[in-house]
Amino acid sequence: MSLSGVMRVSGSALAAHTVWLDTVASNLANSEVVSGSAEDVYRSRQPVFATMMKSFGAIDGAAGVKVERVVEAGPPGRKEYAPSHSLADKDGYIYHSNVNAVEEMSNMIAASRAYQNSVEAMNTAKQLLIQTLSLGR
Amino acid sequence: MSIQLGSILDKQAQGLYLHARKAEFLAANIANAETPGYKARDIDFRSALRAVSEERMTKTDPRHFSVNGGGASGDVYYRKPVQASINGNTVDMPVEQAAYAENAVRYQINLSFVDGTVKGLMLAIRGD
Repeated sequence: MSLSGVMRVSGSALAAHTVWLDTVASNLANSEVVSGSAEDVYRSRQPVFATMMKSFGAIDGAAGVKVERVVEAGPPGRKEYAPSHSLADKDGYIYHSNVNAVEEMSNMIAASRAYQNSVEAMNTAKQLLIQTLSLGR
Repeated sequence: MSIQLGSILDKQAQGLYLHARKAEFLAANIANAETPGYKARDIDFRSALRAVSEERMTKTDPRHFSVNGGGASGDVYYRKPVQASINGNTVDMPVEQAAYAENAVRYQINLSFVDGTVKGLMLAIRGD
């Protein structure tokens, strides 16, 4: 039955968008992290979404979404001269994470909207399934 | 009489199946709204229903072209984007939501027809 396919497809979207919300939370939590070297500092993490074209069998079937991988994205973070900082390197620099808090907030809104849309789709499919089950009563 | 009712039920069931399948594609579009490069897809309901309801031309050779669409499963086509996104995604969320809602209502309409047929059958069987 294809209505359970709606559940499957929307369920995959819920899982993927939860990962997105997770990375947003992680990025926001680590937005003020500093480090003594440019390599060790926290870098913004972004999920890469991909369509699950093959996992549901036929090529003309509806396809869900998955998180293919999570990449560390964006330009290098800000470098600050703070010789008195306990983490400063030998030249007196500390390195900030490259998280853009405004960008992350807008990502959070986009992720939660996408999540809500899939939940609504699932709810509608659920109601239709229940109505179909009570056929002839 | 029973054959007629059977064929009515069969067509109604086909309609239900097509709506459910269309719902699946629309849900996939909604699910992939943020996927880069995803192309929104949909079922051409008209050709699908025509394939179900009309007498079909038969293919006697594998090299013949299909003239009646993709059969009961319907022709899958790619949506033409109103405004293309920079990441290659062609999902237009309001369009998909509206299509999904409309499809759900049509499914319910179809379901009420099936319900009526089943109830009519039950009435004929019981006779009370």
